[in-house]
Amino acid sequence: MTKTRLFDRNGWIAFLGVGLILIVGVPFLNILPSDSPAHLADYLVPLFGKYACYALLALALDLVWGYAGILSLGHGAFFALGGYAMGMYLMRQIGTRGVYQNPILPDFMVFLNWKELPWYWYGFDHFAFAALMIVLVPGVLAFVFGWLAFRSRVTGVYLSIITQALTYALWLAFFRNDMGFGGNNGMTDFKDLLGMPLQSGAMHRGLYIASVIALGLGFLVCRYVVTSKLGRLLLAVRDAQSRVRFLGYNVAHAQVFVFTLSAVLAGIAGALYVPQVGIINPSEFSPANSIEIAIWVAVGGRGTLVGAAIGAVAINFAKTYLTGSVPEAWLYFLGAIFILVTLVFPKGIVGLAGEWRGVHRRPPAENLADEKVAP
Amino acid sequence: MIRRLRPILVALVALTFAGPMAFAAADDAKLSASVQQLGADDFDAKIAAVGELAATPDPRVVKILKALEGGELYVAKDKKVVRAEPDGDSFTIFEPLGGEKIGTATSDDIDQIVVNNRVRGVIDAALGALNLFSGRRADRLAAALDLVKHPSAASVPALQKAMAAETDSEIRQDMTLALAGARLNSPDKKAQLDAIAELAGSTDPAIFNVLSALRDSPDLDPEVRKADEHAIGAISQRLQLVRIGMTLFEGLSLGSILLLAAIGLSITFGVMGVINMAHGEMIMLGAYATYVVQQIFVGYLPPGWLDVYLVASLPVAFLVTGALGIALERSVIRFLYARPLETLLATWGVSLILQQLVRTIFGAPNKAVANPSWMTGGFELIGGAFITYNRLAILVFCFVVLGVLGLVLKRTSFGLHMRAVTQNRDMAAAMGIPTARIDALTFGLGSGIAGMAGVALSQIGNVSPNLGTIYIVDSFMVVVFGGVGSLFGTLAGAMSLGIVNKLLEPVSGAVLGKVVVLIAIILFIQRRPRGLFALRGRAAEN
Amino acid sequence: MTTKAKLGAFAFTVALAASAWGPAQAEDTIKVGVLHSLSGTMAISETTLKDTILMMVADINSKGGLLGKKVEAVVVDPASNWPLFAEKAAELLEKDKVAAVFGCWTSVSRKSVLPVFAKDNGLLFYPVQYEGEESQKGVFYTGAAPNQQAIPAVEYLMSKEGGSAKRWVLEGTDYVYPRTTNKILRAFLHLKGVSDADIMENYTPFGFSDWQTEVAAIKKFASAGKKTAVVSTINGDANVPFYKELANEGIKATDIPVVAFSVGEEELSGMDTKNLVGHLAAWNYFESVKTPQNTAFIKQWHAFIKNDKRTTNDPMEAHYIGFKMWTQAVLQAGTTDVDAVRQAMIGQRVRNLTGSWAEMLPNHHLTKPVLIGEIRPDGQFNVVWKTPKPVPGEAWASKYLAEDKGKVANWEFPWVCESCTSPTYKTYE
Repeated sequence: MTKTRLFDRNGWIAFLGVGLILIVGVPFLNILPSDSPAHLADYLVPLFGKYACYALLALALDLVWGYAGILSLGHGAFFALGGYAMGMYLMRQIGTRGVYQNPILPDFMVFLNWKELPWYWYGFDHFAFAALMIVLVPGVLAFVFGWLAFRSRVTGVYLSIITQALTYALWLAFFRNDMGFGGNNGMTDFKDLLGMPLQSGAMHRGLYIASVIALGLGFLVCRYVVTSKLGRLLLAVRDAQSRVRFLGYNVAHAQVFVFTLSAVLAGIAGALYVPQVGIINPSEFSPANSIEIAIWVAVGGRGTLVGAAIGAVAINFAKTYLTGSVPEAWLYFLGAIFILVTLVFPKGIVGLAGEWRGVHRRPPAENLADEKVAP
Repeated sequence: MIRRLRPILVALVALTFAGPMAFAAADDAKLSASVQQLGADDFDAKIAAVGELAATPDPRVVKILKALEGGELYVAKDKKVVRAEPDGDSFTIFEPLGGEKIGTATSDDIDQIVVNNRVRGVIDAALGALNLFSGRRADRLAAALDLVKHPSAASVPALQKAMAAETDSEIRQDMTLALAGARLNSPDKKAQLDAIAELAGSTDPAIFNVLSALRDSPDLDPEVRKADEHAIGAISQRLQLVRIGMTLFEGLSLGSILLLAAIGLSITFGVMGVINMAHGEMIMLGAYATYVVQQIFVGYLPPGWLDVYLVASLPVAFLVTGALGIALERSVIRFLYARPLETLLATWGVSLILQQLVRTIFGAPNKAVANPSWMTGGFELIGGAFITYNRLAILVFCFVVLGVLGLVLKRTSFGLHMRAVTQNRDMAAAMGIPTARIDALTFGLGSGIAGMAGVALSQIGNVSPNLGTIYIVDSFMVVVFGGVGSLFGTLAGAMSLGIVNKLLEPVSGAVLGKVVVLIAIILFIQRRPRGLFALRGRAAEN
Repeated sequence: MTTKAKLGAFAFTVALAASAWGPAQAEDTIKVGVLHSLSGTMAISETTLKDTILMMVADINSKGGLLGKKVEAVVVDPASNWPLFAEKAAELLEKDKVAAVFGCWTSVSRKSVLPVFAKDNGLLFYPVQYEGEESQKGVFYTGAAPNQQAIPAVEYLMSKEGGSAKRWVLEGTDYVYPRTTNKILRAFLHLKGVSDADIMENYTPFGFSDWQTEVAAIKKFASAGKKTAVVSTINGDANVPFYKELANEGIKATDIPVVAFSVGEEELSGMDTKNLVGHLAAWNYFESVKTPQNTAFIKQWHAFIKNDKRTTNDPMEAHYIGFKMWTQAVLQAGTTDVDAVRQAMIGQRVRNLTGSWAEMLPNHHLTKPVLIGEIRPDGQFNVVWKTPKPVPGEAWASKYLAEDKGKVANWEFPWVCESCTSPTYKTYE
């Protein structure tokens, strides 16, 4: 990697080709008449859209974990915050169609006898404001958190655990009904987005396409960062933080930047996720969810970007499939896959594919000295 | 209702026992009629029957009342009240008074006599009053304490009678208090003032309430009111102190639970560096081992042995989870020492499999693990400070575990080898230490301790396949907050988190309190990036 | 490891996953979906309900099936994950084309699937007592509404028989069911002349395990001289440590009775009940009720699950009633077509396991008897009180809550609405 360019020619062709197939193919198959053998069932479109959101989330984590050596066990929090911002917008769009027909207050506030909208809900009736918040809330939180953590040189497992503490704290806080975010039930019963009904085929296809485009753009952004000079600095930070610092670089700045960027990507993924699954609730903050994201990345292949996306889709597809076909044993399969992947394919699916092609390039994720836990 | 009945019953009993003890055996026919009335359909009739029985000076009454409360009395097909004991699928039935065996019956032949809380309250009051004269010290103490909490003028004769015969100083003290409480509402001012002075030395919240009720009564003598207010002030001050002490104890208790859950992790994660997500499942398996041992004791050993099942579960849980830990280390973890973060992934997989395995074997619903009798209930340290035995036992147990572990690490050659391997693996190997074996044993030790924690935690919470997931995040917080690799740090971390949590809880509520604690941990790690007790030296610098 | 060996291992992994493919169902069957969590936090409660439906399906097949076809249960695992509930619901309705779905436990899982059932025109049978304030076109609520559980229980505790309670602790887990129930109860208590000073309301998070502070607070509240009762809407997991703390703190039912709405036989089987004797629960069914139907049901359950120790409980009865009603409606409609069955459902009557009749009302709720039980040492309940006749379920708490005033849920002509104050259609004159 001597040249800082996004892809070589073949890379561009592959990227655009896959993108085109995904953007055009799925909606096309879905539009086919339902008795056609090639017809894609309606429920699969939001499902694929959901996978795309997960892939974007995994990509965001791979950027900080694979390239900067920051294993965040709290990325679910940024994802959920983006989701909540979108959920608040969707709640405000319900208007008088809610159970209690209150034009201003969402149902759960009417129920808790709230008389007026809390200040932090102001503005969420405008999509532009909500869109801004989708980016801003996770971004600012990540910036403040990262600034505190990286400036004091919190690294390795300590960092992982305090990111877990972050999502755990938010998890507990959002469960509280008094917070004004709907408590355990969160937000559901959304009606429409940008004036168009949410439960329609066209909307599902549109959201799916938006998710794939977001994934593609996210991929390009990450790719741009890791192929730039900053990307190489990050690799150096990952592998030998102290040396980089001795060389005169400001390690913390680079880390804060990439952490914030990653959180913003995660927030966007969350925002696209919510209208497709139709619910946002505090369980998205649960520490287990965040650990799972790390597992997608590891299964796909850490430090490869493509691998993260592939891992997210593969694991979630396996989950969808196994919970339906072997509902009482799927955890055995999933658990066995995790163990096998770790032991046998440490470089994940992408690493395996590389070996299969007989290409023995040295992948970027080789020297992980900095992550070693203090004995 | 119960409140009103209680004094009447106590008075009845007192009258009974105040009379010459040489009464003739009670009229059996009358007694049988009362027993027969227990089988009536409505609760009022049952209560009347209990009242009649309580007033009958016959030793069989206690047995009958206990049988009624224990659900052993049934109505047979011929409407006769009998006592029945389950015997497999059928019942053996007995004469309720005499105790002679009548025969057997199936569950279709007999109907249990249902008591509700109201009847139960009346039975308790009757038994309680009878207990003032019981031969067992514990019965008398409980009866006296009950009268302290529910003072009434009607109980004075019985109390005086019982006190005259009482030799135990603690019971006498309680009886004095109860008498004072009973005299509070006496029309005699002198008696009232004496009673207040007597009660002012107590810290019991019940007495606080009794005195408060007196203060609120409308036409009170000003002098008495003044004395009363003074006494209330004194008690409430002491109660506040007691409250602070109790909060500290609650904090220590929560801390001890956190500590127990985290000790095993402080070895597998803290010492060995394995991000052991299966730690929670080791705790869970320890709890299930307890359940299995309990079932074996229930099924195969005489009932008297049941109280020691918990002690027997400790080695079982340790060995089972320890062996599993060793197997896990040999089959999975040993390949991952060079890539510690990936242990997260593999152990997460192990944790999913173990959870599902337990669900397959034992089923998804919770399992009942009983507190042995010596861990049931609690004692009143001083008035208002009630310490439960299970929490006290866990507190002691966690320190014993920590102490023994400390000794193993510092005083045995295994401990020495273990420390050597974790500090410098290559050098340790060069010195001839079998590092592979030490790794396996260390991981086994950590897992085994987690299993023993499961035994203890089964005594305060659920035994379900999800048990581990409740504790895993908190355990990591404790180990990291205390400082990875430091046992003492884990102790300090657990205790301080427990106490801070409990101090915050009354102010902010349970959830916000915990959120505040988590934010505090995050900020604390910024200040001290390696926890409370950071390891120093080269080894700590990656 | 060589590349070859790795490829071998990869093939093994794939084979492992592929072995999960079941044989395709070729014969013509009527499919019903079972949407209950078999893993995760809710598996504790929901697994039993999955088994109940499998038992009912086996039972009907042994009697020759339905409309001459075998009934086939399609079981999926939504894994206590709320978005996954919606995904699996869509899969059941669109891919497996099930005729009806039996499932959900938590309110949030139900809320999560509602849009799916509305969009795909599905039928959901929801078997758990819940907070009300809802009546969806495609959902039949076979568990209790608040007026079929909470209010009778409190009335009982206020009565002389229940101990004439004057002071109330409303202790719950912080989510919508306890919040709603307590809101209705507070309004009800106000109507009965209880002042706010005599009501203590407190919420704790899910899976809460350290109850020392809360139990101490209850003790303190109760020591004020008036008879105090605790109304517990504590959910699932948190109950065991709560009751253990109560028992060890020496709180007896004769002093401070605790009535719970989420603790049944199955929950008690996971607790040591010796020290809980006398605490109460309000349900529409108890295993200890002796009726021929119930005895047969328990026998059938033990034979199906191959374990004589397993208990039955209220949500199981709800599924029993729901499944029976659905089969009756299918027979009456002569088809499994959702629209026809949904209309045929209203007015169906099934004898419930405690002997009275359950009837499906136009608001998609059932008539149910309310039973108050006291915990026995053996983990069962003694029924100490029951309503003289079944109570009709009310979707809206219009008697107690201002925002529900005048609201009607009725899916029959001319109303046809979830909540309206006048009919949607005017009758033809």
